[in-house]
Amino acid sequence: MSLVRIPPVLRQAVGGEREVEVPGSTVAEVLDNLYDAHPAVKAQLQSEDGELHRFVNVYLNDEDVRMLSWLDTPVSDRDRILILPAMAGG
Amino acid sequence: MARSYQDVLAGARERIPEIQVSELAELLESEDAPLVIDVREQDEWDEGHIPDARHVPRGFLESRIAGIADELDAPIVINCAGGARSLLAGVSLDEMGFRNVKSLAGGFSRWKQDGHDYTVPSTLTPDQRARYSRHVRIPEVGEEGQLKLLDSKVLLIGAGGLGSPSAYYLAAAGVGTIGLVDDDVVDASNLQRQIIHSNDRVGALKAESARQTIEGLNPDVSVKVHPFRVDQTNVLELMNEYDLVVDGADNFPTRYLLNDAALMTRTPLVHASILRFEGHASVFHPYEGPCYRCLFPEPPPPDMAPACGEAGVLGVLCGVMGSIQANEAIKMLLGMGDTLAGRLLIYDALSMSFNELRIRRDPECPACSDGAKLEFRDYEAWCAGERGHAEAPVSA
Ligand SMILES: [Zn+2]
Repeated sequence: MSLVRIPPVLRQAVGGEREVEVPGSTVAEVLDNLYDAHPAVKAQLQSEDGELHRFVNVYLNDEDVRMLSWLDTPVSDRDRILILPAMAGG
Repeated sequence: MARSYQDVLAGARERIPEIQVSELAELLESEDAPLVIDVREQDEWDEGHIPDARHVPRGFLESRIAGIADELDAPIVINCAGGARSLLAGVSLDEMGFRNVKSLAGGFSRWKQDGHDYTVPSTLTPDQRARYSRHVRIPEVGEEGQLKLLDSKVLLIGAGGLGSPSAYYLAAAGVGTIGLVDDDVVDASNLQRQIIHSNDRVGALKAESARQTIEGLNPDVSVKVHPFRVDQTNVLELMNEYDLVVDGADNFPTRYLLNDAALMTRTPLVHASILRFEGHASVFHPYEGPCYRCLFPEPPPPDMAPACGEAGVLGVLCGVMGSIQANEAIKMLLGMGDTLAGRLLIYDALSMSFNELRIRRDPECPACSDGAKLEFRDYEAWCAGERGHAEAPVSA
């Protein structure tokens, strides 16, 4: 199980949790399993054609998955996945 | 048996080799220039010193040397006025393990007498010396660093949640010129976090209110009030007047505008953003490190990006993140330490944890990559999201 950190704007969609444990051996699998458990998240992260929105960054541990193998990036047990939309508040 | 001053000096001369003024002058021109440490008192230093010498009064030498010379075999030449105090100082460094220490024979007097160049430093006034004494005592800052701060110009975008603490600390630190851009007025609902304002200023322009607070805090700071919204017609001219920009804006259009303008003017940008219990911070160094668009190529649609006004923000979170911005700004002005360039710092006030993500320059970045066509766009329309997206509103 990897640990997915949920940003403030998505917490309501996962029942207020700040971190959720999600199984999956690639980033894509983890996201799919996250959507299964919390369908409301899906609409905020993906466009209708199933692409991850460009304004959402996904990090595996401290590295942007765009710099790794994108959604095919392998995920090991106990890895941390972080979903990061931009925030503008100041 | 007591040893006389002459005995002690003779002993020091046996341990510490001396270097002649002419030899030092030549070395300073070469690639093997040694570190010159001037151990005279402040008033002697103020009247002139060897160019590039570091000033450490004799009484502080042992305590401050670590911040100045970190390698024991680095070549060091110590000078005083006549060459005696420098010998005794040399013995001290020798005892601390420095193996390549010499004393300048004849000291600064002979240096000057022989017609070599010297620098008369601009100096802090006695009032400034007292005000900034806790800075001056830090070896990495010193009087030189403090003078640099007094000579620096920082532009703050927003005198709100982030701008309040960052302006406050930059002003206290003696950043000589602070520009404040904000077209908003103080509202009672701001005072839970925007600590530079006060109850009696509700209704006043924020930039003006901040100016009053800063002037009350530190008369050394010249505050420039820019009571308008930054946009593409004024941003370049504004940025060109300052050494760096602290981004405390509260909306995406301004943040993307600032990023593009920072690239165009090659002005470093100190970034932070906040929401509820969470803060982000980074430093964007144009063309040296990643930019905001390397990190976030596109703004989120409005419903994924609630403002603090809708979603709320913990007041003290602003203090933490704004102070981090001030900290990064001061380090950059002084040219020391490692900034957050290339890293995104994420602070979670609820779990009291700091996480760091690596951010890299995106070779495809729409703003800073080699092939990018950098020009202003209609940021408002772009951030208003003329794209299809599912509705999933966030409640405050
Ligand atoms: Zn970029």
